[in-house]
Amino acid sequence: MPKADKLQGSLDLLVLKVLSRRPNIHGYAIIAAVREISEEVLRVEDGSLYPALHRMEETGWIKGKWITKETGGRSRVYELAAAGKKQLAAEEARWRSVTFAIDRVLRTV
Amino acid sequence: MSLWSRLINVFRGDALSREIGEEFEDHIAAAVADGVDADQARRRFGHIGSRFEASRDIRLIPWFDSLRGDTVFAWRQLKKKKVTAVSAILSIGLAVGACTAAFRLVDALLFRPLAVDHPERLFVLAKELQRSSSNDLLVFDSWAYPLFRQMRALVKDQAELIAISHVSRVDLTYSSGDQMEKANQQYVSGWMFSSLGLRAALGRVFTESDDTTPGKHPYAVISYEYWQTRFGGDEHVIGRTFRTGNEIYQIIGVVQKPFTGTDTGTMVDIFFPTMMIKNNGITRSDYQWFRTFVKVKPDVSIASVRARLEVAFQVFLKESVKTFPTEYKSDIGAYLHQKVLMNSAAAGVSSLQTEYGRALVVLSVLVGLVLAIACANVANLMVVNAIARSREMALRISIGAGQGQLLQMVLVESVLLSGAAVGVGALFAWWSAPFVVGMISSPVSPTQLTLPADWRVLGFCAIVAVAVAVWLGLPMALQVSSVRPVGALKGDAVRWRGHLMHSLIAVQAGFCFLVLFVGTLFVTSFERLSNQPTGFSSDRLLTLETLTATPVKAVFWEQVAERLRSLPGVAAVGLSEWPLLTGESWNNLVSVNGVSPHKAESYFLSTSPTWRDVMRIPLLDGRDFRASNQQPWAAIVNNAFAHEYFGGHDPVGKSFDMVTFAGGHISFRVVGRVADARYRNMREPMMPIAYVPFSEDYSRGTYIVRTAGPNPRALATALRRAISSARPDFFVSNVRTQNELIDSHTVRERVLAMLALFFGAVALLLAGVGLYGLLDYTLLQRRREIGIRMALGAASGGIAILMARQAITRALLGVLVGFAFGVAAARYIQSLLYGVKATDVLMLIAPGITILLVALLAAAPAMLRATRVDPAVTLRSE
Repeated sequence: MPKADKLQGSLDLLVLKVLSRRPNIHGYAIIAAVREISEEVLRVEDGSLYPALHRMEETGWIKGKWITKETGGRSRVYELAAAGKKQLAAEEARWRSVTFAIDRVLRTV
Repeated sequence: MSLWSRLINVFRGDALSREIGEEFEDHIAAAVADGVDADQARRRFGHIGSRFEASRDIRLIPWFDSLRGDTVFAWRQLKKKKVTAVSAILSIGLAVGACTAAFRLVDALLFRPLAVDHPERLFVLAKELQRSSSNDLLVFDSWAYPLFRQMRALVKDQAELIAISHVSRVDLTYSSGDQMEKANQQYVSGWMFSSLGLRAALGRVFTESDDTTPGKHPYAVISYEYWQTRFGGDEHVIGRTFRTGNEIYQIIGVVQKPFTGTDTGTMVDIFFPTMMIKNNGITRSDYQWFRTFVKVKPDVSIASVRARLEVAFQVFLKESVKTFPTEYKSDIGAYLHQKVLMNSAAAGVSSLQTEYGRALVVLSVLVGLVLAIACANVANLMVVNAIARSREMALRISIGAGQGQLLQMVLVESVLLSGAAVGVGALFAWWSAPFVVGMISSPVSPTQLTLPADWRVLGFCAIVAVAVAVWLGLPMALQVSSVRPVGALKGDAVRWRGHLMHSLIAVQAGFCFLVLFVGTLFVTSFERLSNQPTGFSSDRLLTLETLTATPVKAVFWEQVAERLRSLPGVAAVGLSEWPLLTGESWNNLVSVNGVSPHKAESYFLSTSPTWRDVMRIPLLDGRDFRASNQQPWAAIVNNAFAHEYFGGHDPVGKSFDMVTFAGGHISFRVVGRVADARYRNMREPMMPIAYVPFSEDYSRGTYIVRTAGPNPRALATALRRAISSARPDFFVSNVRTQNELIDSHTVRERVLAMLALFFGAVALLLAGVGLYGLLDYTLLQRRREIGIRMALGAASGGIAILMARQAITRALLGVLVGFAFGVAAARYIQSLLYGVKATDVLMLIAPGITILLVALLAAAPAMLRATRVDPAVTLRSE
């Protein structure tokens, strides 16, 4: 089973993509979304999401904020920042060109 | 956001940790709410601790965070040992302050560039003369105007020559009713301002056309500083006139701010054009009264300028030899061999530099050594501290701290200490540098140095701070890096760096020796110099230097003296042209019986008949001058004179000729012989002196008053008033006690002795305290060993020696090395000494013995306590 964070940069791409569709969700929801959409193929160790999230936040791709839950207590939710949108586009393009190239090699050799 | 928010996060570390933890917990909770089993959720999350650390490191700047943590920790460590920390900071602070002060003085005097355009292209001319009789190289930097003109014309296309006189004190008044006041004056070439790129802050400055015809330019430019202090920055100062002597000058401008002349250490108030110099200074070739500065044009080689100047100089020398009086022919060879030197004048040129430059450099080295001693103490303290914390360090290593992290931890502590010490030191330097300037300054020649706290001083402070931090931290770092966790945690005796600590003791002893050695030399010099007999009694003696606008007959001078004698509190009054020991001199060759004159010159002074008696110079033979009938060509000579020119035979009744430089002969008949007295300064041997009658017309004379009361100054005002009321044209320019005049010759020696003594004492104290602390600690470390030895029957004397042997031998070793350095340095400081040789055995032994005595004194308590160790108690407690 491939681990998403072993594919370099792919975790960032997935997180950004998820956030672009569903803004203002917390970490667990992001992981759940990845798992659900990939039909359990891509699985991430939950904890590894957070250093990535925090790094992207410090870089300025995403913005995090605390919201108060109905049950009391706080949740930290994230949304895409302007720089994140650009980054997402770039990452997507790069991903496509890489997979396309790998695909071509697989087909020709 | 990134860098800034990460920086902020360093300072809200706890909150940050809480937030990350909260987010993680929220994640687990969400999973549980999603229907996942709690354990399952935690397993899926992975290792919380490492995720936590990773996130935290991302959200702040890790190295900065650990630095912050270490700083807080170090601060707590220091706070735990308040007394130690404060004394460490104060002792290092004092030394750092002294170093910074010394740097400020040396920099201000010798290195700080003048506030002019391109100071690096400014030079000053000097001539070097090798006397045939001795091997001494004599260097003069005074020049005469005719030669200056020729030289200036010759290098016109390569460089500009500027004449700048020595600074002198002048008496002047801004309106006839006003009291006379003093100011520093300097004659400068009109084109100096444009050549040095100096503009006017107000009005205008001189140009070349303000300096063309002798005596025809009665204008003055004043300095910004003087404008502010004397006129409060009043713009109406332009056009104001003042009188000095018989001349009226008009102020035409104020020169721009930082420039106060080229004489480092003296601030010029008023600039005059060179053409206004008196005594035909423009046309005479034998009157050398100014320094010649050279502003070299860009991209011109200095060597080529110097070569051209040399040519002009040689032509001038050959020309002037033709008119040499026959008496001076013997010196012609040496005279013709003079060379022109071109020295950098970037930092200005002054006699203060020659007099104090070397002294200040020596003092700087001394305070640097004191700083090293203070640091060694604290370094030892920190090593002890590190040893005490070995277990803590071992624990840190066992739970994963790397060497780097440990080093950072101890270095942060030393940086904190050094930072605090430099702060204290900066304050101390801020106060002490002007204090030293105040010590070398006197009312006769005020010394003013610009001492700004600018980037040069700050840079120096920073360098010192780093050096101190390294010096403090390095031994401790070595100790820490030698910690072996297994042994330390098991409670084994720590491998302690006795070695290292004892080496520091050796260094301290060596440095301490050097400081004491140089201090002893300075103190001895001062003592010998100030105990030199003057040959007269300076007790209760006041000198009133009096000027008149035009020469006045001697009888009238004598009438005023008579008036002073009638004042209450006056014991006796004499009159001479100037007081003894002002540094002034009137010297000429002497010829006896018409034979060619002796090589040695004699000194002369005009004195009234009562002068000798007032000065209490013993009359050995013959008589004084007679008041009623002062024969103009009578002379009273001293013993040195009789010895030099009459072969020790009785000179009374014989005659001699005074030979002037122009070749004239004036005959004198000796009427009396007196004991030797000092004439010009305290360093020279007793010179031959001929006293001649004060019997012509004088525009200057000095009343020498011996007062009845013990404080001659108390009469100053009354005497001053009495003189001007007796003769309104008489003006008292300087009032000084004879003791002040004598003391002015020992100022440098006194300052050096005082400071060297102070720092010697500090060094000794610090080294003593250091040794005491080390032995105290050694005792603690070796208590068990001593206990065993005593249990086995060692004698208490042996134990005491055992305790101190290593430290004392190291101290001895240090003293020996210091000894070698002291002898090596002796040559450099010899010129600062008087009556003592740096190689005197006593001078070397005295400080050595002092240090060893102090070492023994410091070691005694630990040695005593070692003998009182009770083996039973010590061994049981282990």
